[in-house]
Amino acid sequence: MADYLLSMMTFFPLLGILILLFLPRDNGGLLKGFTLAVSLITFAISLPLAFDNVFTTSGGMHYREFYQWINIGDFFQMNYNIGIDGISLWLVMLTTFITPITILSTWNAVEKNIKGFMVMLLLLETGMLGAFISLDLFLFYVFWELMLIPMYFLIGIWGGKNRIYAAVKFFIYTAVGSLLMLVAIIFVYYYAQQSGTITNGFGIQELYKLDLPYNAQFWLFLAFGFSFAIKVPMFPLHTWLPDAHTEAPTAGSVILAAVLLKMGTYGYVRFAMPLFPDALPTFIPFLAFLSVVGIIYGSLVAMMQEDIKKLVAYSSVAHLGFVMLGVFALNLQGLAGGMIQMVNHGISTGALFLIVGFLYERRHTRLITEFGGIATKMPIFATIFMIILFSSIGLPGTNGFVGEFLALMGAFQGGLRWYAVFATTGVILAAVYMLWVYQRVMFGKVTNPKNENLKDLSVREIIIMLPLLLFVFWIGIYPNTFFSKMNPAMEQMLIQMGANPVAVVEMHQPAAVEHAVDHAETQTEHK
Amino acid sequence: MYSNLWLIPFFPLIGSIFNGLFGKKIKNEAVIGGIATGLMFLSFLVAAQNLFKLLGDTKKVHELVIASWMTVGNFQLNWELLLDPLSAVMIMVVTGVGTLIHLYSIGYMHGEEGYYRFFCYLNLFAFAMLMLVLGGNALVMFIGWEGVGLCSYLLIGYYYEKKSASTAANKAFIVNRVGDFGFLCGLLTLFWALAEKGVWTLNFVKIAESGHLLESGGLLITVVTLSFFLGATGKSAQIPLFTWLPDAMEGPTPVSALIHAATMVTAGVYMIGRMNGLFAMAPATMMTIAIVGGLTAFFAATIGLAQNDIKRVLAYSTVSQLGYMFLAMGVGAFSAGIFHLMTHAFFKACLFLGSGSVIHGLHHAYHRAHLHDDPQDMRNMGGLRKKMPITFITFLVSTIAISGIPFFSGFFSKDEILWWSFGSTRGHWLLWLLGAAAAGMTAFYMFRLVFMTFFGEQKTDARARDHIPESPFTITIPLMVLGFFALIGGYIGIPKILGGVNRFDAFLAPVFEQAQHANEIHAHGTLATEYTLMAISVAIATVGIFIAWVMYIKNPELPAKFVARFSRAHKVVFNKWYIDELYDFLFVSPCKRLGTFLWRGFDVKVVDGVVNGCAWVIKGLGTGLRYTQSGYLYNYAMAMVVGVVVIVGFLVF
Repeated sequence: MADYLLSMMTFFPLLGILILLFLPRDNGGLLKGFTLAVSLITFAISLPLAFDNVFTTSGGMHYREFYQWINIGDFFQMNYNIGIDGISLWLVMLTTFITPITILSTWNAVEKNIKGFMVMLLLLETGMLGAFISLDLFLFYVFWELMLIPMYFLIGIWGGKNRIYAAVKFFIYTAVGSLLMLVAIIFVYYYAQQSGTITNGFGIQELYKLDLPYNAQFWLFLAFGFSFAIKVPMFPLHTWLPDAHTEAPTAGSVILAAVLLKMGTYGYVRFAMPLFPDALPTFIPFLAFLSVVGIIYGSLVAMMQEDIKKLVAYSSVAHLGFVMLGVFALNLQGLAGGMIQMVNHGISTGALFLIVGFLYERRHTRLITEFGGIATKMPIFATIFMIILFSSIGLPGTNGFVGEFLALMGAFQGGLRWYAVFATTGVILAAVYMLWVYQRVMFGKVTNPKNENLKDLSVREIIIMLPLLLFVFWIGIYPNTFFSKMNPAMEQMLIQMGANPVAVVEMHQPAAVEHAVDHAETQTEHK
Repeated sequence: MYSNLWLIPFFPLIGSIFNGLFGKKIKNEAVIGGIATGLMFLSFLVAAQNLFKLLGDTKKVHELVIASWMTVGNFQLNWELLLDPLSAVMIMVVTGVGTLIHLYSIGYMHGEEGYYRFFCYLNLFAFAMLMLVLGGNALVMFIGWEGVGLCSYLLIGYYYEKKSASTAANKAFIVNRVGDFGFLCGLLTLFWALAEKGVWTLNFVKIAESGHLLESGGLLITVVTLSFFLGATGKSAQIPLFTWLPDAMEGPTPVSALIHAATMVTAGVYMIGRMNGLFAMAPATMMTIAIVGGLTAFFAATIGLAQNDIKRVLAYSTVSQLGYMFLAMGVGAFSAGIFHLMTHAFFKACLFLGSGSVIHGLHHAYHRAHLHDDPQDMRNMGGLRKKMPITFITFLVSTIAISGIPFFSGFFSKDEILWWSFGSTRGHWLLWLLGAAAAGMTAFYMFRLVFMTFFGEQKTDARARDHIPESPFTITIPLMVLGFFALIGGYIGIPKILGGVNRFDAFLAPVFEQAQHANEIHAHGTLATEYTLMAISVAIATVGIFIAWVMYIKNPELPAKFVARFSRAHKVVFNKWYIDELYDFLFVSPCKRLGTFLWRGFDVKVVDGVVNGCAWVIKGLGTGLRYTQSGYLYNYAMAMVVGVVVIVGFLVF
């Protein structure tokens, strides 16, 4: 059973779709209930991963599955090559965790073509999970594209007024990036084949060992980096995001923020950076600069938004800036901060989109000026909103702080000192835009008569938020549950990126330090 | 052993969670307030037990690791607590004053709709504040540091339906975040600097041990300490970040007493005390702190001269007194600063609670008389001493204490600070002058307040006059206890020249002595100088009181004449030197304009312009090229002929 766990997890939603197709299309309750059950079972299948202690001891790939897939002699070889390590572990868990929540959130929100909607959500889940566990570049590309399609339809069919513009913009932005990546993938493959080092198709672990010349690495990094930067999104490639988020239905926004954006950051960590380590130092100052600009820019623009959802969307740009800054620090603390911040952003921003959704379902508007004084009408909602808000602005004790702090600390240690200082201003700006919007929406007296009869959260809505709140505090107070399983994999990955994960160590145990450094050096030489 | 240390913050946390979850259902005020206050008292008992243990202990520094927090590679951070004389003083102040203010709130908040919410926040605040002072490493301290900021935000915005309240709450949190930016930068720089030297820690004990690795007086240590000081100016409302504190008076009065007078705002002073080893090594930072402290003490006092809102006067007085504490820290008089922190906690908490008692009484009276006058405006008061005798006496005692009249608590602490600012190796007579002038103004505006409120003729609306009651015992008991300590609290630190043994100084010596010795910080001067300075400061205070008496008792028409004569100066002072307006102009508006520009100008026009432009160009090309696919044979034939001609022409020429 454990041998096929990853495949079962990834394709169970697909199986669900097959059955879903035969269910009556006008029985909304059945469709929703069934989809929810499928996503919950998927979560249950994935759950043993979170408790498996193998990740705390070994940083390699686990739960490997390998089958030959498309095999055209020596010319072209693609394999079904999957596995999971501490880096993908929590992103996989985030995906299986957040999907049932989004399905539950659509209970009353989606009315037209429920069946299609549910099919798209499940297809999306398969695509996302597949992308996180692919160890074959081509397989990754297949899943990457697979995610695009359901998201496109989610926005284009179930979106708001401007949905077609937003969907096309989303598609074109991402497709341009994908094409560049495809070209780069093919180039890497043929280079590997010519140099005769490759025996295993597009397997990334073999490709890691490839010794590409600097020039090739430069252009390849550029292609991969560009593609992933669109997905993150990094400034100035972010303008698809506010439109996509605003127009997408709540469920789409939540998945987009919680998981899809992580594809970009994950892509950097898994592919762009370790595949082309020689080109990496050339790009780091530039990319770190864009990350910091993203933090400040995203915050300033978020501050002035009139639509709550757009505000949250722009705040995403800022949060992802912290993720990227941590990753580019090229040390354990930074990477750990970046990785945990990916999960945090999934939880906090996902929750914020749900919150906006709650308001939208009640009032069918997202304009800040339409609200005011909601706290008196919806006290439970007000409390939950406030907790999520403070998690989003990184109050110590909540998840956001752990991620931001480690990312900043890593950047500071990793020679990105000034970038870190400027990034830290983000903590001021985040408080400004978040508290301001909270004040305008929640505080004061009810002035708009339409807000007089608002109902507080229903039991279903509270159930949706509770798991998210749990993780807000869990990660904030005891993040070691997560770090302990990420550490070994991150160390290996940093060595692959050409960085020394133990560059800064406590001198209290000098013997251990030397040993660790030796260890790192031998590994690098070995490579 | 000190293994029960964790109970001190744990009790209020439990209270907060309990009232937060069930308070709304319980509704019974006695249960809600009783649980919150009772748990606070338990916390106080544990704190006291630990203090006595520490007093009898030869080892003065004890650490307690509760659990691990973040472990990433070799970076290991724990949830850890630290008990030493400094944190022992602080937990006593926080739990002691905290318990009294909880008790006070039971009566003061009676009948409020959000009663449970108030106690939930108040307990949560106590938890955060105790984490701040007990934190064994800089990050646990930062949890408390931001935690108290959060509670301050929640409590200032307690009456969230009032726009002014929620705006003040936002302002407090955001201005504090500016300070937190400094704190974080200091933390990261310090961590990095020590890591470069091979010590990888955020633990306070280890930081103190390895501080010497950094170059004394060097750029690095100056940057680190200045960054931390920026954090302190935010939390403790010093120049340039003091503007949030007066607005914070929008919160209920017990909040002003606990958070914005006795405890939270002193966190910056405590933080400098906690890292005194680093600060002592950076003379430039110390000088900055002393100057900022002295100037804040002076300027805040000038603003306090002209305010008419009873709580605002006290708010500026707090800013001013905090300035004294920073002045003390800046000239290296660490234990004097902490001493003043403690005595200030007694008399200022008493003053705020006293003002609350007055407001409570007037509010009640106006309510009974169906009037809507402002119960906080001192121009509506006067002659209250007969109506509220207990409030009056405790208030008077505290006023004398803050004015620096001999043998009241404030005298001892303030005098020690003034002496150090003059005689310390890091002091200067100009600093002394600032402090002394501020002391004179303090005596003036505090007695102005007392005279306007409790003496003279009753200016309260005649219809409400007879309804003004003395407050109930839950309010007067805390007043009496605090008033008592405002009277005698100074006697644990009687300076040597008055024939005392400065026990307070001796108790804190293990924390501060090393840094003071290593950096040659001490006060020097003859006994005669010290006596003279003491006499001068007492004289200045007396003059201040006398002027207040002349202006507000003897010739009550004088103030109006005075204002008319110096109208421009009065206007500037009354409007708080227009600092708020200046910050709006310098920071708030430009930020908003920039945000709008980046959004509407850059995002929509430039980036999307390029994206949509590409789409437009491609569409245009497609439309253009479509004409070539006309489907007519002669068009294609023509194209071929032209092509042949071009190719041939190219080959021939």
